[in-house]
Amino acid sequence: MNQKKSFISRLASSEGFLSVAASLLCIVIGLLLGVVVLAIIEPAHAINDGLLVIIQSGLKSPRNMGTVLANAAPLIMTGLSVGFAFKTGLFNIGAAGQYTVGAFGALYCAIVLQLPWYVCLLAAMLLGAVWGAIPGIFKAYLNINEVITAIMFNWIGLYMVNDFMYGKGASPMYDLQTTKTYSLRKVAQGSMIPSCGLSDYFGKLQSVTIAIFIAVFFAIVVYIVLNKTTFGYELKACGFNKNAAQYAGINDKKNIILSMMIAGALAGVGAGLYYLSTVAEWNPQVSTALPAIGFNGISAALLACSNPIGTVFSSLFISYITVGGTKLSTQYYTKEIADVITALIIYLCAFSMLFKSRIRVLLAGKKRGAGLGKGGDD
Amino acid sequence: MFLLMKYTLLYTVVLMLVALGGMFSERSGIINIALEGIMVIGGLIGVIAINLMPEGASALAIVAASVSAAAIAGMLYAALLAFASINLNADQTIGGTALNMLATALAMVIAKGFNGSASAKLDYSNRPFVYEFGPLTVNVFLFIGIAILLLSYFVLYKTRLGLRLRACGEHPQAADSVGVNVYKMRYIGVLISGVLGGIGGLAYIIPSVSSWNFEVGVSGAGFLALAVMIFGQWKPFRIFLAAVFFALFKSLANIASSIPMMAALGWTQNMYNMIPFIASMVILAFTSKKSRAPKAEGVPYDKGAR
Repeated sequence: MNQKKSFISRLASSEGFLSVAASLLCIVIGLLLGVVVLAIIEPAHAINDGLLVIIQSGLKSPRNMGTVLANAAPLIMTGLSVGFAFKTGLFNIGAAGQYTVGAFGALYCAIVLQLPWYVCLLAAMLLGAVWGAIPGIFKAYLNINEVITAIMFNWIGLYMVNDFMYGKGASPMYDLQTTKTYSLRKVAQGSMIPSCGLSDYFGKLQSVTIAIFIAVFFAIVVYIVLNKTTFGYELKACGFNKNAAQYAGINDKKNIILSMMIAGALAGVGAGLYYLSTVAEWNPQVSTALPAIGFNGISAALLACSNPIGTVFSSLFISYITVGGTKLSTQYYTKEIADVITALIIYLCAFSMLFKSRIRVLLAGKKRGAGLGKGGDD
Repeated sequence: MFLLMKYTLLYTVVLMLVALGGMFSERSGIINIALEGIMVIGGLIGVIAINLMPEGASALAIVAASVSAAAIAGMLYAALLAFASINLNADQTIGGTALNMLATALAMVIAKGFNGSASAKLDYSNRPFVYEFGPLTVNVFLFIGIAILLLSYFVLYKTRLGLRLRACGEHPQAADSVGVNVYKMRYIGVLISGVLGGIGGLAYIIPSVSSWNFEVGVSGAGFLALAVMIFGQWKPFRIFLAAVFFALFKSLANIASSIPMMAALGWTQNMYNMIPFIASMVILAFTSKKSRAPKAEGVPYDKGAR
């Protein structure tokens, strides 16, 4: 009894447990609301042809599992990007733009310069870092909110990249036949991220590459930098309290720019992982909207409470239900239902502070009850 | 030239309406980054309302019904933001971002459901909304826009409500101490922004084309409006001027290829599209020292805070 009591009270005071519990609660409520949406559209099929398809399809075949992994890898990177910025007190809504610019870097090096994949990935990283540094500079030296700058540069980046990649149809990267950029499988096999035999395990799906391991590797690096190094501590200190950090002798301007640069680099790598694994090609003419993976990175980071390791799992989850959404029978539902569910979960995540305190009260209440029971026995 | 004027008027009204909406919300102390999503939802419901009107309905009835449907839809959607950020003290930027993501997804689901097909493209007739004055076509939203601009100025600066609203955005504790209900004022601010954003979404979609694919949402117009609002320094008439400036470049992007002199420059549509965003960054960079954002915006109101 005593042991159990202390276990519960320990749980109630453990920030990590509360975060995970709050996120799981968000997921459960989000899925329930998703069922409501499904039921409104087609009540008779909501469970069997709706919810169950969404939450089962990802595991149904090796190929589906492969699709989940291939899409999760870039999502982990944009999630890390947003999460890293969060940890240092910045909101990187610009992950989508950094991702876009990174995609250009990777594809240019691959299609035009025919460089090996790791060089392409590095190019994506560098361009992403540059695009991330811009909001940082504006914030550090001109005191303009990074959210505004990042939003503006998202669109600037998108239009610019589309212009380069299309070039009025004459760009060396633009394939007139598919109206997209050239497929790396056809023109630059040397620039594809190697699969190392992984795709054989996932129904010969070519887009399953070692990208997922690269993403997990980055997650571990970010975790170590943030939690185990002085550099990470300084960055976080600036996020907690700029003035206190300044007083302690930390150069806050430099740190703001650095954390945005790192966040941008991570998002850029995400684009590299996506396009160098040939999950899809860039379509410079129809891409009037920013790539969704950039914004879903915000979801992944929020769901994981910005924890780098948690981001790996939240990204897998989001990728999982997105793949589930694509398997919905078009007879009844459209695949965007999965996006609705993800967005609902994120809306709920905005309340996670509230959920956390409720769960804490709930657990503490149980503890009090247990204590009373014990008193009665005596 | 008339084409340029037509498009500039069209976009000016849209950007001004939505930016004025943002102004009301931010002046009351709530950052409204969800304007983009509110526009999508308002536009979608407005378009559906047009389609649902009976065959022989008069032009006025169609306009009235669709505009009010858009306004109400925008308001209800903004209420989600208000609930999260006022009642539950959620982070306003995160809540707004979530609502933007939700709006696009929801709009596609609803549009496809309404169509009963796999296409999110809705057709409608924009006849009732457009009037021809000689060579110049004007849409009904121009008049709505002018009315709302004047009304916004009046409400914000000449009424008790406006004064209270502004107080809540500057120093909510002080406002509370003299008996102003901060929560109520912030709700009013956000709901007004929903109404204006919803109408703005409809105004963006309807006048120029007669079918809209909701896959693209409103392609960043809401974010552009956010820039207009900042460029306009949260003041109605400056917002109007900012909207004209932004609209001019956005229209140039659309029609540059059809004007010989400009086509000779060889600029692509993408370049013109980029200009308003670059211009707003340059201007922000120069004016940031003098920038006067509402002081308490983005901070959840805490009665007990000192």
